[in-house]
Parts: sequence; structure tokens; C-alpha cells
Amino acid sequence: MDQDISITFPHVLIFFPLLAGLITFLFKKDATAKTWALFSSIITLCISLASIYYASNKALSGLTFNYEWLKYIGASFSVSLDGMGRILTLLTAISFPVIFVATYRNEYKNANTFYGLLLLTQAALMGVFLATDALIFYFFWELAIIPVYFLCSKWGGEKRIQATFKFFIYTFTGSLLMLVGIIYIYLQTSPVNDKAGALVSAHSFAMNYFYAAQLTAGQQNWLFWLFFIAFAIKMPVFPFHTWQPDTYEQSPSAVTMVLSGVMVKMGLFGVIRWLLPMFPQAVAKFDTVVIILSVTGIVYASLLAIRQDDLKRLVAYSSIAHIGLMSATIFTTKQIGLEGVMIQMFNHGINIIGLWIVIEMIERQLGVRKISQLSGIALKAPALTIMLVVIGFANIALPLTNAFVGEFMMFSGLFQFNIWIAAVALLSIVLAAVYTLSMVQKVFYGQVNTLTATMKEISANEQVALSIIVVAIFLSGIYPQPLFDLTKDTVTDIITRFK
Amino acid sequence: MSNTLQIVWLIPFLPLIGFLINGLGRNQLSKSLAGIIGGGVVLGSFLISLFVFFQVKNGNTHVAHYFDFINTGSLKVGFDFQIDQLSSLFLLIITGVGFLIHVYSTSYMHEEESNDFAKYFAYLNLFVFSMLLLVMGGNYIIMFIGWEGVGLCSYLLIGFWFKDNANNDAANKAFIMNRIGDFGFLLAVFWMIAKLHTADYGLVFKNVDELTAFDITGITLLLFVGATGKSAQIPLYTWLPDAMAGPTPVSALIHAATMVTAGIYMIARSNVLFTIAPFTQSVIAVIGLATAVLAATIALKQNDIKKVLAYSTVSQLGYMFLGLGVGAYTGAVFHVMTHAFFKALLFLGAGSVIHAMGGEQDMRNMGGLKKYMSITHITFLLGCLAIAGMPPFSGFFSKDEILAEAFAKNPVYWAVGVLTAFMTAFYMFRLYAMTFLGKFRGTHEQEHHLHESPSPITVPLIILAILAVVGGWVGIPKVFMPNGHRLEAFLEPIFAQSNAKVAALREAHALSNTTEYALMAVSVIGALIALLYAWNKFSKYEKIREEETGIAKVINNKWYVDEFYNAIIVKPMQSIAGFFSNVVEKKGIDGFVNGVGKAVNYGSRQIRLLQTGQVSAYMLMMVVAVLILFIIQLFL
Repeated sequence: MDQDISITFPHVLIFFPLLAGLITFLFKKDATAKTWALFSSIITLCISLASIYYASNKALSGLTFNYEWLKYIGASFSVSLDGMGRILTLLTAISFPVIFVATYRNEYKNANTFYGLLLLTQAALMGVFLATDALIFYFFWELAIIPVYFLCSKWGGEKRIQATFKFFIYTFTGSLLMLVGIIYIYLQTSPVNDKAGALVSAHSFAMNYFYAAQLTAGQQNWLFWLFFIAFAIKMPVFPFHTWQPDTYEQSPSAVTMVLSGVMVKMGLFGVIRWLLPMFPQAVAKFDTVVIILSVTGIVYASLLAIRQDDLKRLVAYSSIAHIGLMSATIFTTKQIGLEGVMIQMFNHGINIIGLWIVIEMIERQLGVRKISQLSGIALKAPALTIMLVVIGFANIALPLTNAFVGEFMMFSGLFQFNIWIAAVALLSIVLAAVYTLSMVQKVFYGQVNTLTATMKEISANEQVALSIIVVAIFLSGIYPQPLFDLTKDTVTDIITRFK
Repeated sequence: MSNTLQIVWLIPFLPLIGFLINGLGRNQLSKSLAGIIGGGVVLGSFLISLFVFFQVKNGNTHVAHYFDFINTGSLKVGFDFQIDQLSSLFLLIITGVGFLIHVYSTSYMHEEESNDFAKYFAYLNLFVFSMLLLVMGGNYIIMFIGWEGVGLCSYLLIGFWFKDNANNDAANKAFIMNRIGDFGFLLAVFWMIAKLHTADYGLVFKNVDELTAFDITGITLLLFVGATGKSAQIPLYTWLPDAMAGPTPVSALIHAATMVTAGIYMIARSNVLFTIAPFTQSVIAVIGLATAVLAATIALKQNDIKKVLAYSTVSQLGYMFLGLGVGAYTGAVFHVMTHAFFKALLFLGAGSVIHAMGGEQDMRNMGGLKKYMSITHITFLLGCLAIAGMPPFSGFFSKDEILAEAFAKNPVYWAVGVLTAFMTAFYMFRLYAMTFLGKFRGTHEQEHHLHESPSPITVPLIILAILAVVGGWVGIPKVFMPNGHRLEAFLEPIFAQSNAKVAALREAHALSNTTEYALMAVSVIGALIALLYAWNKFSKYEKIREEETGIAKVINNKWYVDEFYNAIIVKPMQSIAGFFSNVVEKKGIDGFVNGVGKAVNYGSRQIRLLQTGQVSAYMLMMVVAVLILFIIQLFL
């Protein structure tokens, strides 16, 4: 084993953005804060890329970090980069600079606080995706949500207070249920001994202790729901989703992008990392219920998306449908489906951030998000339209765009679980085409009206951000194999548990 | 040792490069440069395809593996191209006809702005690229990439003139209907993967015995659903006539010669599966036949020149499916080929007419164009004779082959098919006579502008006309010449496995030479009568306002199928979506959540009242609480 490795990536991925965020609060000038935030997020991206390069070249020794923290209650600061962690930290690391570049022209009041909070969110997201200790996991889970409350309630739209309140109630309920679950399982874990055999603590928060906790089928049954509801709210899964369209609509764009691109993955991640391994018996028992719920959500949200006149709400419902597919697939525990989920978690984030950037640009220029008031933008902004069409078709999983392979494998997994459920879920490929194409037609095609006549072509910073997205769409659409290779170990791990 | 066919990646790669150059450089490139690049890359692909064709003809077939598209523990999908008799034939059709249409387009689209002109060629190249992927793919997933890719290009080109929302509606309809078909296609592929863990043609066909009869029927029916979308069959055909909103060369290339035959290609490719699924075969034959008749009846009454051709395409595709359904795979592929020649010719001829008429598409305002446009006229006439099945034009041979095999399977199929052939002869010569014969019925201004089209338009017409005449000679029936069916011999390896399976069944139904002659005579004489009747009637056509009544009105309105779909699918879907949005979401789920919120608010407001600040009240509460605890204690 390499003993001389000086860099261990996981905690750097957390502490660097954390530190950068705290520093941001100190800046007086708005422009400095903004530039610093962008700069530091690029550094984070470099760290993340380095960690992935490192992972593919070295043994896993440099990919875990353990600091004995609250030794006597069996809690430690332990983090680790496995396949799923790598792909989600990469998503987190890519998203922030893209978001900062795309919204570079926006002026936020108290920019230092705004960007500081966003970077704290980034640090917390990294923590969630890396934690291998239940207490640390819970800590970062909460830490990721708290800045969002402030961001949404201070910088949001007209109805921000209502929306934030709803968001708060929902997520807080979920968190509390999960906390109860964590404490209960903690009390069932076996004692921790040191090397000499002496008792260190009666119980442990460590992930492997949680996995190994002796839970009866009865205990699993109710613990399952405590955790599931917490994660389902976060994703969100039907019918726990109504906070989402309101929150997306009312949050400032940069926050919406973080929420929908990265933060919803916390729920999916939570299920894969914690729920499946802890309660295998309950999963086997409730899989059909959860899958039916998720698939209902897919069709339901797709139909709702058809009726939306607000661009943000349309994308919100579209996202609920996409997440529903991932959640349904996870619970099938079929290998092909899980492989699809892994790469789709990444690709969904890229696509939805792209959609928000386009919407944000339209709203900032025209002050309107209503589809019925827009028309003919393609005549005024052809480059923007091309980008949007590419992202739109990626959103409906056209082959050779990034979403295709993932969706193909997920549907394939669902099919292996149950052909009829798969058929119902697959309706979404038709419905998604309906709402996406009708949106493209109404907003971008046709004649310009008095409002859209003032529309200007995409600016340099938006061009950069959208180009990154479009390149990512084609790269992982044409050659998805590296993403599969990255996440292989996690899938194997789950599959062996459920065989 | 590497196979010389490993270079086939160049065939789709060239159009892809053309797409990128024209797409990215659309603001810099001049029109002539854009046209040269767009056409040149397809010509390059055609030349390589020719080389490939001769390689294949000499017995060299090859599956070229380039990289792993998906390679995980559960699924392995290579980015593979399969080059054999079937794909090499389609390569020639796609790149050959495709090239002619690119040449034609340089003149037809010349009035566009230069960036739109380059964009048009970019889309056309992208289409050729996708279509090539479709036919070259070595597994169902690569095929599906091309399958959806051509759908995308069709969408982009139908909506090419996006300022007009009617075009956009047509584009959306095309894409969405195709997606409904794709729903079936994908389920079929998932089914294969679930059972065989692969979607490679070779492995699927080899391991077909591992599938139960139920699996095979399910898979083939679902694949056929995919084909009905792409190849415009009942119930998913209604997008194709609307697709005529696109530029006419697009209609010729995509909506007649190539893309719409993808469904036939796919089933011919999967013939091993379909041959052992007799139920599916009957479904295909019946649907194909029904589509052929339905579309032919609608074509009888249409006045838009492109609409007639569109319904005629739907009808001819129906023939091809009839062929597939009765196991006449060679016949179906043969008809794809001859149809590509004469239908591309007819569409391009119609485009030449529309161009001369200044955008006019209504045949009631045409007439007498014969004397103004002789090349267009002659080539068009040859196309009409070919589609009407007159010997020795190409359509005769391919249509006859399908009808003969249909008769062998079930004489009713043949009877309906031959009736459709009569209608085809009728409406095509109605179209011909209304357009080229009689007196000119348009405005004076139009008459003044009438002219023959320039050579980039007429040369492709001439080449296609020659092919429409002689194209059938590669498949001369055995009754005329024992070894005359060269195409059958060429395609033999593709259908060998199926032919062996049906050979035993077919023996019983083998047609005698006399029967075959009689069938031919009936169809040719009948078509000839229909043709002459239409010629005679419509060369004297006068423009009168006629109120359609009864069945004529129903046909004129295309049997109200669009209205029917609207009433049973689109409207209900909108209402359900509305119900979910306004009632379930807002009042139901959100109402509940907000209700909980309100209840908490209300509760806290009430409980707050308890906090009066008076010590005596607190004391009282404490005493009461202690008493309650005490009482509880007593009972435990």
C-alpha cells in the first residue's frame, strides 16, 4: 500500500469550498465576491478532476479519509470516494462554475453573502456524497438545506416567503424522520472495540456498522418508511413533490440550478447509499409499492408539464418525471437499470442546468416566463435557439445525446422487473416529446411579437456556459463508456447485496 | 487481417462532416460552396457505397466493430456496422437518390438566404448520416440511433420554414407520432435484452430458439408498432401527408424514397423473427393492405399535387408491408427500390411544377403544362406509368411479385391489392391529366412565368426517369426468364434462413405459370382501363365549384381520421392533464399540504392563548396535569 500519499481527496473536496465560502463572506465589494466564487469553484473542479484521474490510476487508499472525532460515541469524520461519490462530486464540481459563469451578469444584493452561501451549499453537497458515517451524513444533509432557505427567502421572487415556508416544512419533516431513524439504528449497532480489544464506545455511527446492524424484518419495515419519506421528499417522488415547482419558480436562478441539478440527487443518492443496504428485506417487500408510486409520478408529472404556461414550472414537472424514472429503477435493483441510474444522475444535472440557463436568459431580457407571451425568439437569437434545441432533445433522450443511454438502460431494468410497469413508464417518452416540442414551437418558432422583438442574441458568458453543457451532452451521448467505468464498483456492490 | 470493408465508417462520416461544415459555417459559406459541400459529401458516400456493393456482390460481407458504445456487466453494445447484401443495397439507394436530390436542391432552394441555404444542406446531410446509421448498424441500438435521428431530421426539415406555425404543427405531429412508434420499438428491444441479453442481429437471430412463441409474437408485434410509426401505416400514418409542409426535395428524399422505408428495412432485417411469428405476419399483411386501400381512396379526391403523392406513398408502403406479411421479403425490398426511383421522380417532378407555378400546389389551377415543360412532362409521365404498374416499367415487376405471393397466401389479399392498383392508376393519371393536359387554369401572371426548370432540376429527373423505367429489370419473374430475378439471387443469403422455413409451406401453394399469367393480365388490363378513363376524363377538366356530398365529402376529408384522433386521444389527454393540474395537484395534494400548514398555524395560535402570564393559571394547569398523571398511574 502506498503510505506516502500526501493528498487524500475526499475531505479536500469538502474543505476547500467550505473555506472558500467562508472567505467570500469577508469581501466588501460585490464584484470581488463574484469573481472569487467563480475562481474557487474552478479550483474545486480541478480537484475533482484530479481525484478521478487519481482514482483510475491508483489503489483506493487515497480515496478515504478518517478522523476520529467523537470517539466515545462512535462517531468519526470519515469520508470516502467510491464510484457513485466520484460521479456525483464531479457533477457538483462542474455545476457550480457553469452556474457562476451563466449568471455572471446578474447583480445580487449583498453578493458576498449570496455567493458565500452558495459555496457553503457546495461544500455540504460534497459532504453528503462522501460521508461514510451516519452522523456526518446527517450533518451535511442539513447543512446543504439551510443555506437554501436563506437564499430563497432573501433573493427569491414575489411569493418567496410562501414557497420557502413550504420547502422548509417539507424538508424539515423529512429530516426529522430520518434523524429518528438514524438514532434508532445507532442504538442497534454493535459495540466498537479498539485494537487491544477494549471497549471504545457502545455503538457506532460508521456506515459499515449501520449496514451490519441486526434489524428484524419488523424493524426494517417501519425504518424503511422513515428514510424513504425523507429521501422521497428530496427527490421528489410523487406525491411528496408539491414543494418543488413553487420553490423552483420562486428561487433565484442560480439557486434553482443548484437545487434541481445537484441537490435532488441527494435523495437518489441516499436511497442507494443508505436505504438499500440497510433494509434489504423491507426493500424486497415494498419495492412494488415504491415503483408504482414513482411510475405514477412519471406519467402524472409529464401530463402536468403539458399544461404549464410558466417555463420554470414546465421544467420543474419535467424534472419530477425524470427523477421518478430514476427512483423507480433504483428499487428494481436490476443491474442494467442501476448502471443507467448512475450515469443518468450526472446527465440529468447537466441537462436541467442547461434548460435553466436558457430560461434565465429569456426572463432577464424580457421579464417574462409565460410561454403564451413568447414567440419567434429563433429569429432574434438563432444561436440561443440551437443550444436550446440541443438541450431540449437531450431532455427527451434522443440517441447520441447524453440522456439516451441512461434512460434506455433504466427502462430496460424496469422491463425486467415488470413489463407492464415499464410500458406505462415508457409513455413518458411520448409525453416528453409533446411538452418539449410544443414549448420549443411556441417560444422559439413562429413570428416575433412586440415583446420578443427586443430579444438579443446570447452573450459571451452564456455562450461559454451553454457550450460546456452542449459539449458534455454530446461527449457522454456518443461515448458514455467512461461514465460506466467510473461507477462500476458501486453497482457491483449493490448487486451482490441483492443477489 | 483486416477486411477492406472496415473503411465503411467513411460512408456515414462524410455526410456528418458536411453537416458540421455547413452547420457551423452557415454564416460564412456562400450558397454555391454550401451546395458543393452538401452534395459532394453524399457523392463521396455514394462512390464508396458502389465499391462496397461490388465487394458484397463478390461475397465479402463484414461486421465492422469500432468501439464499445455500452460495455457493462449487464449489456454489451458495440458501435458496429453490418455490411451485407441488404445494407449495401440500401446504401446505394440512400446515397444515390440522396445525391440527386442534393443536386436538385441547389436549384430548388436557391431563393433562400445564404445562411438558411447552408442550414438546409446541413440538415439534409444530417439526415443522410442518420439514415446510413440506421441501415448500417450491426444491432438494434445503433439502428435505433439512426431511427430516431431520421425522425429528428424529418422534424427539422418539415419545420424548416418555422415562421409559419402550420409547418411547426406538422413537424411536431411527425415527431410525436414517430415517438409513439418508437415506444413499441424500444419495448421490443428491451424484451430481447431481457431474454437474450443482447441486441446484436447476429446473436439474436442465432439464439432465436431460446425464445418462446409468446416472446417472438410479442417482440415482432412491438417492432411492427415501431414500423407503423416510421413507415406511416395505420394507425400512425396521418403525419406523413402533413409532412408535405416541408420543402419538396425533402418530401422526395425523406418522405418518399428513404426514411419511410425504414420500417420495411427493419422487418426485412429481422425476417428470421417474423417468419416464425405467423400471427404477426397476418397482422402486418392486413394492416398493410388496409393502409394501401385507405390511402388510395383518399388520394382519389385530393387536389393538392403533393398530397396526392403523399397518400400514394402511404398506399405503396402498404403494399410493401403486404409483401412482408406474406413472406415476400425480396418483393418488399424490390418494391422499396423501384418505389424510391419513381416516387422520388414524381416528387421532384411535382417540385419542378410547383417551382414553375410560383409555389402553387393546387392542381385545379394547373393544366396544360405539357407545352411549357417538356422534360418535366415526359419524365413525370414515365414515373406515372411506373407507379401504375405498366409493363415493362419498374413498378410492374415489383408490384406483380408482391401480388403474386399475396395470391399464393390468400386470394383475398390479392383481390384487394389489385383493386388498390386500379385506384393507383386512376389517381396518378388524374394527377397527370389535371397537371399536364388540357387548358391552363391558373392566373395570367402564373402563365407568363411558366418555364422549364434549369438543369440541376432536369438532370436528376432524367436520371431518375431512366431508373424508373429500367429499375425493374433486375427482378424479372421466373415465368418470363428462369434466371431473371437477379435481385432475389443477390439477396438470397439474407433471407435464406426464412426461405428454408417457409419453403415447405409454399410448395402446397406454388402458382402454376398459367395462374401467374392470368393474375398479371388482370392487374395490367384493369390498371390500363383505369388509366385511360382518368386520362380521358381529367384532360377535359374544367374548374367548377363543386359541393362535395356523401361519401365523396368523407373521402375528401380523409375519412375524418385526424378529427377522430383528436376526439379520442388529444382532447382527453388535455382534459386529464387539466384535471390533474387544476384539481388533483392544486386542490388535492397541495391543498392537503397547505392544510397541514394552516392547521399547525391555527393550533399554535390557540395554544399560545394558554400562555396568559398569570401565575395562578399556570398553577392550576400544573395541578390538573399532576392529577391526570396520578389517575393514569392508578390504572396501570
